Amino acid sequence: MSAVIENHHEDHDHGPAKGITRWLYTTNHKDIGTLYLWFSFAMFLIGGAMAMIIRAELFQPGMQIVEPEFYNQMITLHGLIMIFGGVMPAFVGLANWLVPMMIGAPDMALPRMNNLSFWILPFAFLILLSSLFMEGGAPNFGWTFYAPLSTTYAPPSVTFFIFSVHIMGASSIMGAINVVVTIMNMRAPGVGLMKMPLFVWSWLITAYLLIAVMPVLAGAVTMMLMDIHFGTSFFNAAGGGDPVLFQHIFWFFGHPEVYIMILPAFGIVSHIIETFSRKQLFGYSSMVWAMLSIAILSFVVWAHHMFTVGLPLAAEIFFMWATMLIAVPTGVKVFNWVATMFRGSLTFETPMLFAIAFVVLFTIGGLSGLMLAIVPADFQYHDTYFVVAHFHYVLVPGAIFSIMAAVYYWIPKWSGNMYDERLGKLHFWLSFVGVNVTFFPQHFIGLAGMPRRYPDYSLQFADWNMVSSVGAFLFGFSQLLFLFIVLKTVMGGKKATSQVWDGARGLEWTVASPAPYHTFSTPPKVD
Amino acid sequence: MNKGAKKTLIKLVVAVPLMFAFGFALVPLYDVFCEVTGLNGKVFQSEHSDDLIAEQGRPLSLQFISTNNENMPWKFEPSVKVLKIETGKYYTATFSVKNTTDKKMTAQAVPSVAPSNAAAHLKKLECFCFEKQELMPGEEALLPVKLLVSNELPSNIKNVILSYTIFDITDYNDIELANNQIVME
Repeated sequence: MSAVIENHHEDHDHGPAKGITRWLYTTNHKDIGTLYLWFSFAMFLIGGAMAMIIRAELFQPGMQIVEPEFYNQMITLHGLIMIFGGVMPAFVGLANWLVPMMIGAPDMALPRMNNLSFWILPFAFLILLSSLFMEGGAPNFGWTFYAPLSTTYAPPSVTFFIFSVHIMGASSIMGAINVVVTIMNMRAPGVGLMKMPLFVWSWLITAYLLIAVMPVLAGAVTMMLMDIHFGTSFFNAAGGGDPVLFQHIFWFFGHPEVYIMILPAFGIVSHIIETFSRKQLFGYSSMVWAMLSIAILSFVVWAHHMFTVGLPLAAEIFFMWATMLIAVPTGVKVFNWVATMFRGSLTFETPMLFAIAFVVLFTIGGLSGLMLAIVPADFQYHDTYFVVAHFHYVLVPGAIFSIMAAVYYWIPKWSGNMYDERLGKLHFWLSFVGVNVTFFPQHFIGLAGMPRRYPDYSLQFADWNMVSSVGAFLFGFSQLLFLFIVLKTVMGGKKATSQVWDGARGLEWTVASPAPYHTFSTPPKVD
Repeated sequence: MNKGAKKTLIKLVVAVPLMFAFGFALVPLYDVFCEVTGLNGKVFQSEHSDDLIAEQGRPLSLQFISTNNENMPWKFEPSVKVLKIETGKYYTATFSVKNTTDKKMTAQAVPSVAPSNAAAHLKKLECFCFEKQELMPGEEALLPVKLLVSNELPSNIKNVILSYTIFDITDYNDIELANNQIVME
């Protein structure tokens, strides 16, 4: 895509307000993007600290550091915070920063709602985290909050958990509506649907998924609320309800949620691999169709999370094959990334390293997912560390590596400064080694039968757990280096050019670095 | 905001409550789905129909299981553990139940059938599980279930298990309130 920019500098053009009110009242997509990204970084560190507590307890068999009750609260909050506070807001932040610039729009379509959807988020997580200090402790039923564990047997703080999920849901829905309205109506002339950058495509599909399933999650927690406080029996067998129904409703939300956390990553990685291969992306339209088919399939595979509840054989076979079918479009994407790199003139700057690691490690996570899709095998693997290894492989070196890659790739555009390449590479290698040392051994202990969500384990799992904990500490503490690199880049450094990377394409690289407070007030001309 | 954006916005804003309602609609849909397919071992009340009666039934063993949920203190067990029956004929089985406590209690039995594809063919005309059971302290009762296994039961099934879990659904808040009032009077 090439573009000609007319730089109209008129007198009424104004910059941001000064002081804290800039951030409180802002309706600027770049400011809100920054707020989302910093918020998600904070949540990433809090959720990461909880992971450190978990791995410290699991360093050796036996109970050493925390009480089992507290351990359960840690695994629950770690999951909720990383998913709803870490990964999702980070992607919304990236969408805020990038979608308007990539399609040549001056801002998001609904700037005030944009402000609201961010500013309710900190309150949601304050409510959730405050439950740690309540009588009976924080939620302790796992991030999947299966009823009746989360209703009949839940600590009193479950009500606060429910309201915080309501607020998170409202925030995501508003963010998603904003993205769809922006993409569908504010593209610059000449930016047709099949000319949109892939990150924009990935977010368009993600936003539709969010609008479809976040209300279902809100419904599920509302039913819990009614069961707990208003005497209904949605999930209470004694009153004619059904706990298995909870799992169906939850996973009807939960499986599309998995793709909500990975589709934007697909978009990001496509851009980065294209740039550092100095070639046009291989198979653009097949990438779009692959994402669309993954999104559609995500609605008909939910029961593969519940193979062991006693589904009829026909259902197990259907959900097994539907799940395996998802490997086809995913395989198309991996093929296209590799084909883009093939005979390209590759260079390995930090974003590219993260992107390549994404392709390799996400594929490992995808393949262990295929193993879990096989019904008889799943009976063996269900609720073991094999599952933990699987979803951490798709979420950490998958979603989170893509977010880190995106930060390194676009931070020169955001801040106007180049990051320190040496430190960036160091951060990459520490993270890469840390992630694999943490999660690869969990495949072994899972296959050997170690169940998940317990603070203690049998002696035969001791060695690999120790290895895994060492890797986790390495990965966890290297993220402080990431924080340092980001701060250092924001404060100063080598000035970045407009294009930043010599292979970079797309409208966002045609504006100055740092991107002016207002861009594309007049739409760019795109061929 | 231009007209197109407004239209998109309205569509999306309407979609959100619709999906919220869909979440709730899953509850009755799930029950209907279970009733039609007989999945989940759920059994619903059936009407008598002459078609159900078969001249020539085939032999079948019907097994009864009783379970107490959680801390439910009642004694609850089937009068006969296994019944040799024939398909297409009515039988009445009973469960004996006793409130072993010194409080008035209310209970609800929840049935389940295994294998689940037998559930659709197990017809219950009467069952104690369709009602709440209220027993005074120490009271005993014999709870009947009148049922028939239809002739259309898949022929590979030779053994059907009917299990009941009994739940304590006494409203303790009311009891405490009532007790408090007595004390106050």
